[in-house]
Amino acid sequence: MPVEPRRQAMMYERPRFLPGGDRALFIELGDTIDPELNRRVRRLLLTIQEAALPGLVEVVPAYRSLLVYYEPRQIRRRELRARLDDLIHESLTAELARPKVTEIPVAYGGEYGPDLGAVADHNRLSPEEVVRLHTGATYLIYMMGFIPGFAYLGGMSPRIATPRLPTPRTAIPAGSVGIAGSQTGIYPAESPAGWQVIGRTPVELFLPRRQPPALLQMGDYVRFVPVSDEEFHVIKKKVGQGTYKMEETPVTQEDESGGL
Amino acid sequence: MEVFEVVRPGFFTTIQDKGRYGYQQYGVPVSGAMDSYAHVLSNLLLGNDDGKACLEITLLGPCLQVLRDTAVALTGADLSPTLNDCPLPMWEGVEVSSGDTISFGSQRKGCRSYLSVVGGIDVSPVMGSRSTYVRSRLGGLDGRPLQAGDRLHSSNSLGNLPLKRLPPQCIPLYSTEHRLRVVLGPQDDYFTEKGIQTFLGSQYVISAQADRMGCRLEGPSVEHKAGADIISDGIPPGAVQVPGDGLPIIMLADRQTTGGYVKIAAVITIDLPELAQAELGEIVRFSAVTEDEAYRLATEYEQSIDRLRQRGR
Repeated sequence: MPVEPRRQAMMYERPRFLPGGDRALFIELGDTIDPELNRRVRRLLLTIQEAALPGLVEVVPAYRSLLVYYEPRQIRRRELRARLDDLIHESLTAELARPKVTEIPVAYGGEYGPDLGAVADHNRLSPEEVVRLHTGATYLIYMMGFIPGFAYLGGMSPRIATPRLPTPRTAIPAGSVGIAGSQTGIYPAESPAGWQVIGRTPVELFLPRRQPPALLQMGDYVRFVPVSDEEFHVIKKKVGQGTYKMEETPVTQEDESGGL
Repeated sequence: MEVFEVVRPGFFTTIQDKGRYGYQQYGVPVSGAMDSYAHVLSNLLLGNDDGKACLEITLLGPCLQVLRDTAVALTGADLSPTLNDCPLPMWEGVEVSSGDTISFGSQRKGCRSYLSVVGGIDVSPVMGSRSTYVRSRLGGLDGRPLQAGDRLHSSNSLGNLPLKRLPPQCIPLYSTEHRLRVVLGPQDDYFTEKGIQTFLGSQYVISAQADRMGCRLEGPSVEHKAGADIISDGIPPGAVQVPGDGLPIIMLADRQTTGGYVKIAAVITIDLPELAQAELGEIVRFSAVTEDEAYRLATEYEQSIDRLRQRGR
């Protein structure tokens, strides 16, 4: 799991190329979790994708780095490095699409969020205050990864940070919304997990036959919206019928600063 | 066209091809055959394109009834395969007829066998691949291992000429000691000099925690400079993660796309098939090669596969 952001953004003056075995290489742009550094990752991702280099297999973007998979038969490592060096330079002026905010409906507490009380107790808050703080922030999707459709979110209030469960549960349902340390996240599929589960969303975060298959995209934002158990069921039914329309709005400056 | 009926599924038999590329940015693991060499060879032996899907058979093999006349090729681990109770030859194409039974017995050497059929096993591709990723129930047959009663299809695409006979040096021997070559990095600078020496100079043992996702080793603890955590980043194939306990974990086909443990090195991809066949308790040693050397080895390997492909043309 990610470490805490440092106080000052640390972006390298020159990106570092690091080996990733014989078919991949890392480009590391900095050593911190920071929205501006993450935007540079996305600019470079976009620039590499548009360049369509021969022999390039795929790129895995992360908080502050990109892992570039390539086919050694089709492009020599040194040549790839030289091309990537050019693209890094080019990427500085790349235009990113305006991010959007996706609203994720969540039923908090009760059977959907068995650990809401524990999170409240740990932070000496009422369950209602935990929900208010969790729904009050706008979360940046720094990266996708770990398991299909999982978003690494930044921006949770430190006031609701809670350690993981001492013993992980063998299975939490798909859509579980949880807290682990200073992180919050949504489990796209049923999975064993040590997260403190505070709610559940009826929305499907990952559908293999959707293009793209993940509902959320790196660089966009998420806001959690509280719904009642009845609303949860109504939405779940609509999701099943394919008639549920996600609420999406363009990002505002307030959102980008975290909304708190 | 239906080609096999599954009478018994075996311990863990899945459909695999070369893997699912292009979706790691959404968190989707690559998957694909653990022993990519045995997978490619099983296809070339039948004249299939090398990306065709086959069955990856783990430790205890299935019992399959053949539903039509075709040919199969079995490579990888020797799990005592039989055709109508007679030994089924491995590493060559074998004609089979409707009504035949392919079965397996005790494990002799290696862990994973690859069974290809002319045209390849056909299921609808998910995100461009037929590989099964069981954890997320993706690909293959409903994302799960085979079950009794499953009926498998093959596509009847025209292939190339089958490879008649494989040069004997192309058949791996599967020793019980495994020398794995690594490229150090991306985070080798997170380890003390002593830690690097321990990693490259020690003998490790394959633990019981070894599956398609990764292989955990037991042995001397590799010393970090300060902690085992990094800001999460991508995980290349063969990456060697070293969590806080200092014991290496080699990340394999079903590895998660990103993770937050330091990676001391990555095993070069042509040595991963060896690891796919390594059994519990067997010995692993690491040796470092430069990036240039790794590049040379990877291209030499690809050229040798090309030569085999040409022989089939």
